[in-house]
Amino acid sequence: MNTQSLSRYSGAAILIHWLTALLIFVAFPLGKYMHDLPLSPQKLELFSYHKWLGITVLLLFLPRLLVRIAKPPPTALPAPAWQHRAASVTHALLYLLILLVPLSGWLMSSAKGVSVVYLSLVPLPDLVDKNKELGSLLKEFHEALSTGLFVLVALHLAAAIKHHVIDKDGTLRRMLPGRNT
Amino acid sequence: MKSLSRWFLYGLIWVSSVANSAELSQVQHDKSSVSFGYKQMGVAMDGKFRKFVAKLNFDPSKPAAANAQIDIDLASIDTGTSEGDEEVAGKQWFNSKAFPSAKFVSTSVKSLGADRFEVAGKLSIKGKSVDAIAPFTFKPQGNVGAFDGTLLIKRLDFAIGEGPWADVSTVANEVQIKFHIVANAAPAAAAPKK
Ligand code: HEM
Repeated sequence: MNTQSLSRYSGAAILIHWLTALLIFVAFPLGKYMHDLPLSPQKLELFSYHKWLGITVLLLFLPRLLVRIAKPPPTALPAPAWQHRAASVTHALLYLLILLVPLSGWLMSSAKGVSVVYLSLVPLPDLVDKNKELGSLLKEFHEALSTGLFVLVALHLAAAIKHHVIDKDGTLRRMLPGRNT
Repeated sequence: MKSLSRWFLYGLIWVSSVANSAELSQVQHDKSSVSFGYKQMGVAMDGKFRKFVAKLNFDPSKPAAANAQIDIDLASIDTGTSEGDEEVAGKQWFNSKAFPSAKFVSTSVKSLGADRFEVAGKLSIKGKSVDAIAPFTFKPQGNVGAFDGTLLIKRLDFAIGEGPWADVSTVANEVQIKFHIVANAAPAAAAPKK
């Protein structure tokens, strides 16, 4: 593959992609860790940070969609049809979960009666009324959906590394900053 | 003469029943509530106490003669989660095994005009007593009246939340105790039912 002729994702798309990745890489283990802590001021703080990270993921979704519409991704690199299909399905599911995981977290917080005040500054509206049963149900959803997201991200990452290391093609570099030609 | 004394008796009954209906003294606990609000990481939270005993004598035309007392069973707290309920029963919070109740005893009541009043008194929690003032409104409805007010306290005045919990940047120091008390006049024993 010729690096010079590589067409990359737009700068905005690359920025949002890696920002979202970073946020998920922090929010996920933080979610697992804080969940098992005994009740303490530190736990309350970590819960808030987790929520803010997650809401930021949600907030990045809209600009991400707009960028994708304004600057569509570069045409796919040659690969077997099943790989293209697998990639589109994974990407679609990733988008879905990037929406549903934070949304389920927000819904859970509302149901549990702990509203979200983003960055301690912006109070977000409660999506549902306080309801204990609904709260624990949404917790199950949030846990299952975030596990799903984790599995998909792992697949996505494995595919990117395989392209870079084994196929030595430009798949990963398209999503890395660099000069566009 | 007979009819005159009867009229006199009717008069007496009327006066005493008016006096009785003006002073509220029977709290209807099933219609009353004691709840609280505070901020946690900047988020407004609330909870309530399921069990409390309130006593009062209140005549809106004679507020200075009024008095009130409320005992709150701290183990009956509902913070919204069982984890929270267990935590606040602990030594660092209420230590409710050693100090099972919170008590407010009024020292004076005064009118603030219209339906607004103010009660001053002593609030005792966890072995500490602090002077407290609560403005409230009084809404009469026939023989029944509703009192609605808020008592603002600082939890650290009572050592509620010690150790790491004393950090007020996670759980705020300010706590509003909101009461809604419904009371009626004592049944007028002397007055015949119509
Ligand atoms: C990309 C975004 C997010 C990811 C990847 C994520 C992931 C996770 C994970 C892995 C857990 C632990 C689940 C468990 O094992 O029990 C968790 C818990 C939690 N998440 Fe999220 N989350 C995200 C967004 C949010 C948002 C936006 C909120 C709220 C506004 C939120 C609220 C919570 C809460 C309250 C818990 C703890 C549940 C409990 O232990 O009671 N999350 N999250």
